[in-house]
Amino acid sequence: MSRAALLVLADGRFPAGGHAHSGGAEEAVKAGRITGAASLEDFCRGRLHTAGLVAASLAAAAALGVDAVALDEAADARTPSPALRLAARKLGRQLMRAARATWPSQELDDLARRFPKGAHQPVVLGVVARAAGLGAVEAAYCAAYEGVSGPASATVRLLSLDPFDATAVLARLAPELDRVVDRAVEAGRLVVEGGVDELPAASAPLLEIGAEVHAAWAVRLFAS
Amino acid sequence: MTVAGGVRAVARIAARDDGRGGTSLPVLEGDGPLALRRTRGSGAQARVMLVGAMSGPLGGDHFTVEADVAPGARLRVGSAAATIALPGQSKSEARYDVRLSVADGGELHWLPEQLISARGSDLYVTTRVDVGAAGRLVLREEQVLGRVGEEPGRLSSRIRVSAAGRVVLDQELACGPGAPGGWDGPAGLGGHRAVGQLVVVRPEFAEAPVAARVLGENAAVVPLAGPAALVSAVAADALRLRRLLDEALESLD
Amino acid sequence: MHLDHSHDGPSAVSADARRPDGSRRALRIGLGGPVGSGKTATVAALCRGLRDELSLAVVTNDIYTREDAEFLLREAVLPPERITAVETGACPHTAIRDDISANLEAVEDLEDEVGPLDLILVESGGDNLTATFSKGLVDAQIFVIDVAGGDDIPRKGGPGVTTADLLVVNKTDLAPYVGSDLARMAADAKTQRAELPVVFQSLRSEPGVTDVADWVRTRLAAWTA
Repeated sequence: MSRAALLVLADGRFPAGGHAHSGGAEEAVKAGRITGAASLEDFCRGRLHTAGLVAASLAAAAALGVDAVALDEAADARTPSPALRLAARKLGRQLMRAARATWPSQELDDLARRFPKGAHQPVVLGVVARAAGLGAVEAAYCAAYEGVSGPASATVRLLSLDPFDATAVLARLAPELDRVVDRAVEAGRLVVEGGVDELPAASAPLLEIGAEVHAAWAVRLFAS
Repeated sequence: MTVAGGVRAVARIAARDDGRGGTSLPVLEGDGPLALRRTRGSGAQARVMLVGAMSGPLGGDHFTVEADVAPGARLRVGSAAATIALPGQSKSEARYDVRLSVADGGELHWLPEQLISARGSDLYVTTRVDVGAAGRLVLREEQVLGRVGEEPGRLSSRIRVSAAGRVVLDQELACGPGAPGGWDGPAGLGGHRAVGQLVVVRPEFAEAPVAARVLGENAAVVPLAGPAALVSAVAADALRLRRLLDEALESLD
Repeated sequence: MHLDHSHDGPSAVSADARRPDGSRRALRIGLGGPVGSGKTATVAALCRGLRDELSLAVVTNDIYTREDAEFLLREAVLPPERITAVETGACPHTAIRDDISANLEAVEDLEDEVGPLDLILVESGGDNLTATFSKGLVDAQIFVIDVAGGDDIPRKGGPGVTTADLLVVNKTDLAPYVGSDLARMAADAKTQRAELPVVFQSLRSEPGVTDVADWVRTRLAAWTA
């Protein structure tokens, strides 16, 4: 396992489309639920333990070689908002493209063939991790971290929040992120034995409802 | 019966097409806190009321409700009052499991009153629904965090619905003291004290899914990945939540 | 710039010149430049001037969701299915240069859905003088500035002015009113760009977009040769 490959994949500048998504932060800012660093932290913490845990578990399971089609269906069932399903597939397709150029692999080509319009991004992320020579732990870390770093950097743009404050939020969440990754990797291993029903299904009501509110706006800065 | 650490109670309903344009209930049994009453039906639909003979579940209790709707049968289940999760003598969590199956061509309306999580309680609810190919379902689930002005207990609720052999919804909501951080924050409930959903499965949704739409800032109607739709809502209290869900359900008809 | 290498596999990865079925893909031309310089108006004029002879489509990259796409739709320069808006998270320059993945999806989807296409115009949201398109996304780029933005812009240079395959100085009809010296702009552009072409245009008078359209035709002829 190359630790440096993890840095390449986890880099916020990895060209896979994440910059255009706020992870729900844009809607939460407009609704007045995120107003500064403290509420951003609370938002990210809630996201980490729900959508973040599910994404990290999907990524871990995919990195362990679980069938991507079954995982993708499980991701659908855990993503009631069609706006979020669409965003996840778009990002999955973009990641697939970037990764196929970065770490050419037969598995990624097969995935692109089975999902020409994209699979859920965390599922793709797990397969990408395999192609990059990484394991379930690294895949789960990438997924969980993206789940909070996306909203944090979007909030810097949306609220002109001090970028040092936003980064400090991420640092404070690090111990919880470690625990979420532990749970996710354990879940991924259970899926190998017991199938996708073993995946966590933690949900955050306002993320799902907010995603639909956001999708209905005529004018917005972020795609989701 | 009472077992070590709490009460174990099971209620079962089986609904069958009676062959005369109505629905018969060959199984209608409940014990202890889970009593069942058949009430006046409407047309082909049989109606059953879940009557809480005592409040609960308390810590350590384990309740199970099962309903099985056969092809062509139509069943509507409600409850006489809200269910209140309370702390018990036992420090362990209480469980409430709901197992529903709707066969091809059957119809189930599962419309219980709210589940209220009282201070100090600890309840884990699981709901599993399997709907056959041309089966129909309306399921309402409402959780209220605390009685008026009260801090909530710990409440976790997992719902899994499959339609025509595919899981279309799998969601778990955890709230209250001890739940993972951020549950009441800007991504979770944002300070709202009532949260609920309606799951509607109809075969025609496979061809013509509902259009996603929002009802104000706190509720949305969405098509699921399958012949099903979901209404999700948060509200300040049970009354406002019910209004949102009723409005959404009407808009689906 | 001809990119004849191609990746094996189910679909193109980046600027591969061939589509998965082996056919040559559409020529992609990027249009960038500062806010208000007339990029969208130039795209609209190009569509009107070329739509009868070429199969074309447009991708817009807006700061706010779809404002440029909405303009093109209102102007009815192309049927709506030939116009796609890419959402850029408030950073159009990121979407055309640093992370081109969403734009690549957009151009490929257009070829799949309304193709075959001869030409796809990729318009950037109004940005600063440093924004240029990635060579992984477009085959050639046009940088649009205008006389009202100040006649010192060519002298200031910057990657767009210096390296774009075509520099368009727009709104020349306004020069007398804003005190811009066209001769000075032409001389400065020559200094910055050496042999790279510059077009001075006004879309409000003849010949309008003709020079730019001719340049596009030349690029297309080279692409399909």
